[in-house]
Amino acid sequence: MQYHQHQLDNGLTILAECNPSAYTSAFGFFVRTGARDEATEIGGVSHFLEHMVFKGTPNRTAEQVNLELDEMGSASNARTGEESTIYHAAVLPEFQSKMVELLSDIMRPSLRQEDFETEKQVIIEEIMMYQDQPPYGGHEKIMELFFGGHPLGQSVLGTPQTVGDMTAEQMKDYFRVRYSPSNIALAAAGNIDFKQLVDDAEKHCGEWEAFDCERSKQTASYQTGFETLHKPNSHQQYLLQLAPGPGNDDPQRFAMRAGATILGDDSGSRMYWEFLDSGKAESAAAGSYEYHNNGLIMSFVCCDPKDAQDNLKLLHNVQREFAERGVSEKELELAKQKIASHIVLASERTESRMFSVGAQWLTGQKFKSVQEIADTYQSVTLDEVNAAIRKFPLTENMTLAIGPNDKLQPAGR
Amino acid sequence: MVNQQQVFSHTFENGMVLVAQSMPWLASSAFSINLPAGCRYDPAEQIGLSNFTCEMVQRGCGDMNSRQYIEELEANGIDYSSSSSVYHMHFSGAMRAENLLTGLSIYADVLQKPHLPEDQLEDGRLVCYQEVRSLEDDLVQRVLLSLRERHYGHPDGRDCHGSMESVKSISIADIQKFYETHFRPNGTILSVAGKIDWPQLKDHVGKLFGNWESQDDVVPDSSPAQHGVHHISFDSQQTQIALAYKSIPVVDPDYFQARGAVGVLSDGMSSRLFHEVREKRGLCYSVFASNHSIKGKGSVICYSGTTAERAQETLDVIIEQLHNLSKGIHEDELRRLKVQIRSGLVMQQESCRSRAGVIAGDWFHFGRVRLLDEISELINNLSVESINQYLSNNPPGQFDLVTLGPTPLELPDHAVSSTSA
Repeated sequence: MQYHQHQLDNGLTILAECNPSAYTSAFGFFVRTGARDEATEIGGVSHFLEHMVFKGTPNRTAEQVNLELDEMGSASNARTGEESTIYHAAVLPEFQSKMVELLSDIMRPSLRQEDFETEKQVIIEEIMMYQDQPPYGGHEKIMELFFGGHPLGQSVLGTPQTVGDMTAEQMKDYFRVRYSPSNIALAAAGNIDFKQLVDDAEKHCGEWEAFDCERSKQTASYQTGFETLHKPNSHQQYLLQLAPGPGNDDPQRFAMRAGATILGDDSGSRMYWEFLDSGKAESAAAGSYEYHNNGLIMSFVCCDPKDAQDNLKLLHNVQREFAERGVSEKELELAKQKIASHIVLASERTESRMFSVGAQWLTGQKFKSVQEIADTYQSVTLDEVNAAIRKFPLTENMTLAIGPNDKLQPAGR
Repeated sequence: MVNQQQVFSHTFENGMVLVAQSMPWLASSAFSINLPAGCRYDPAEQIGLSNFTCEMVQRGCGDMNSRQYIEELEANGIDYSSSSSVYHMHFSGAMRAENLLTGLSIYADVLQKPHLPEDQLEDGRLVCYQEVRSLEDDLVQRVLLSLRERHYGHPDGRDCHGSMESVKSISIADIQKFYETHFRPNGTILSVAGKIDWPQLKDHVGKLFGNWESQDDVVPDSSPAQHGVHHISFDSQQTQIALAYKSIPVVDPDYFQARGAVGVLSDGMSSRLFHEVREKRGLCYSVFASNHSIKGKGSVICYSGTTAERAQETLDVIIEQLHNLSKGIHEDELRRLKVQIRSGLVMQQESCRSRAGVIAGDWFHFGRVRLLDEISELINNLSVESINQYLSNNPPGQFDLVTLGPTPLELPDHAVSSTSA
């Protein structure tokens, strides 16, 4: 397993973890742009653009892009988040050059008017789909409430209004200021010929024009509070909570992730025993999510609406005890076992290695191998976990309750 | 790699089957236990019994109480799951290879020495209630489960979660009886994939399960399918559309012809449904068709979800594409499909979890594991002529339709399956 890195003159970064014995190769263009980089009137443009990237270039129609992805038997897709947009494909190694050429080409899309209007309908269908699915837009709502005007609170999908009103020209303007090669990395993993990868990237991306591309580094002033979203025809009540957590460059993030595993993993955690083993909730979990200069811990409980008030109280008590008493050595050891096992299982998939390589670049961190990541978790101490838990108390949070029960009151205040 | 598949199997005297694939390039292994105790054996008025029993056998077993059981799994880094399906109750786990034998020992106790503690019955029941309620909020699952129930009838089309009422009626005695009747080695398939030592594995499994006594199979109750069109009225943004038509099961010699036809319809971004419904018309975000097999029966199931006012057009385009399919497929479509299927088979080799699942499924349907060479040959032998011949003899039609949303949709009369219930 060898790690290589190279940068083209225009700033495009090329990264690869090469494993000559792998059966497949995975590639991804990682762009440091997402919902937080959007002006409010074009909310959802990053995600809409992600769809439009597959709609053709000066060299290819949309149909040709799809045909070629399938002709290589690729497993390909794309995703957009608050801070990143990722285009990726896994193929058999024989298709390396062909796939790099195709992905490079679609990264300079035509954004044709007719395709734009058709795809707009697909995006609106996607927004409607999520409005019918639990927690019924609750995630977007609580992010907006919690971040209180900070751009990280902007919806990734946008709304039917912002997407419906958007013009192709606005999208082109957004592309022109965000898709600089200095803001993009081509990450690869698996059976990769790195020299060939660099040569191909030079040939197909070397002419991309570079320009400055900055993002606001402002830290959010996190909001606390309690809100309800009445959804009378839902069968369950969905309780969402966000509390501040470490950002993606905070040295405490590994300790906090271990702490979150102890508190809210979907099995064997404190929340598991309180809520799931007893059947008090259908699901209950907590996890740490990190962003540039910001971070949050999300807690989630889904339960019978008539138990929601009791469960809010219970969740508060679990969180208070967690903050006040910390965790035990035994809990930390079990969490480490679990994390180590997950790392080994995930590392065996070429695609997940590619995501790890690219995601590390997105956060601006120095590359860590699977072993180094595993070692980092193993070296976390009980004192470090308890210090992180004390620093980020989950009882100070924004809560959103969604469902038929509109009589809920905040717990513990 | 594709040529170096090492597959082992052994049938123990009590009828339990151990089947394994060695994947020495991995550092992990995974197992899948498929116990012939699925919800097809649930009495008609107590659907959910298998699922409830699955919950209860994991509330303490052997020397472990329920907390110690979970802690033992965690201490060994076992990523575990369990569920009931129509034919089987499943227990599966993935872990670092050195913990495999310990993981199997834990599950030997789950299967053979569960405590079934009465004082945890109500907690277990609440867990089952929660699952029923959550499914009610999952509109995609609701429409697909309703379609399967109507298309196959009972028990094959059954939703194993049951209803609030059926779960409420289950007593600890019912669970004990279900356990005593259906937990048995004959019919159980234990599959393992990943980094393994076969002689050691076989020996270990023999010691764990060798004394488990076999029992007779029981014939489940059945009730007929309800064909035709059905609408579930619900105040939602989108209308959910689920459609099924009869096809052939995976064991049929012509299966790959049917699979190839559905592949042209739905595999990949250049497939007909994706292109015509989403790419060309922008009618939906999600649309697909897939082959579905249950023992001895096969079907094709299509799904899409779209805003209510565009739902009829979406259904019409899907039906049009299904009718067009019977006119035949083209050379370039088949060429792309062959690469996609082959590529998918290679990608499977990266995951011990998916291989453990696939080889267990093979054993259940075929009584053996099909090697990748064999499947590759079947795919290579597919031709436009062979698929078109199949389609001309078996054109998609006689559809069962279930929709969920604000207003019902219409299916042309000639396309509707006749009702037999």
